[in-house]
Amino acid sequence: MVLSAADKAAVRALWKKLSNNVGVYATEALERTFLAFPSTKTYFFHLDLSPGSAQVKAHGKKVADALTLAVDHMDDLPRALSALSDLHAHKLRVDPVNFKLLTHCLLVTLARHFPGDFSPTLQASLDKFLSDVVLALASSYH
Amino acid sequence: MSLTKAERTIITSMWSKISTQADTIGTEALERLFASYPQTKTYFPHFDLNPGSAQLRAHGSKVLAAVGEAVKSIDNIAGALSKLSELHAYILRVDPVNFKLLSHCLLVTVALHFPADFTADAHAAWDKFLSVVSSVLTEKYR
Repeated sequence: MVLSAADKAAVRALWKKLSNNVGVYATEALERTFLAFPSTKTYFFHLDLSPGSAQVKAHGKKVADALTLAVDHMDDLPRALSALSDLHAHKLRVDPVNFKLLTHCLLVTLARHFPGDFSPTLQASLDKFLSDVVLALASSYH
Repeated sequence: MSLTKAERTIITSMWSKISTQADTIGTEALERLFASYPQTKTYFPHFDLNPGSAQLRAHGSKVLAAVGEAVKSIDNIAGALSKLSELHAYILRVDPVNFKLLSHCLLVTVALHFPADFTADAHAAWDKFLSVVSSVLTEKYR
C-alpha cells in the first residue's frame, strides 16, 4: 500500500500530538487485545496479564518504541523493521493474523483519546500506515 | 458463540446511550468504512457517498436501527434479524469479510463518542455482539 504525502503528514502530525504518551496508548491497546481476543494471550504465558500489570506496561512501551521507529522510517519500513520481522517470524512465531487484532485495538484506543482529531481521513491514513507496518513485520515468514 | 449475562448487561446499558445519537453514529461508521476501505463502496453504486449526503445519513440510520433491533432481542438475535439475514443472503450478497470491516468502524466510532464508557470490557462485549450479528447476517449464504 503506497502512502501518499498526505497520509504520511497526517500520521506524523498525530504522532507529534501523542508525544511521550505513545507507551500509554500502546499499553491500553494491548489490554484491549487480550480482553477482546483472548487467543492472543497464548503468546504471553511468561507475562502477568492482569489489569495494570507492570509487565504489560513494559511491553506496551516496547510496542510504542517500535511504532515510533516505523513512523520515523515510513519511506523505508521493510528495512527499518527487518530485525523485528525476523524476531516475530523465527523466534516469537506470532501468527500474523494477530497483528490486525492489535492494530484494530490501537485505532479504537486512539479514537477514544483523540476524538476531535480522529476524522475518517486520519483513520484511513493510520490504517494504511499500520497495514504497511504489519506487512513489513510479516515479511520474514516463510 | 453466545453472550454472557455480564456482556448482555454492558451492551443493553451502553445502547441506551448510543441510541440517543444513533443516526450520527451509523452515518459516521459508514463514512469511516468508505474512507478506510474503498472497496466497500462497490456495493453502493446507486448512492451519493459524499460526507453529508442524505442517502448516507438514511443508510446509517437503517444500520443502527438494525443494531438496535438486535440489542432489543439480545436473547434471540437470529430471530430478530431473520429478514435482514435473507436480504443479505439472497439479494444484497455482501461478501462476509465486509461485516468485520463495518464492525471495526462501528467500534471506532462508538469509542470516539463514548470514551469513558468504552472500557476494555465494553469493547470486548461489543466486539462479540457485533460478531454474533455478523454471523446471523451471513448464515443463510449457503
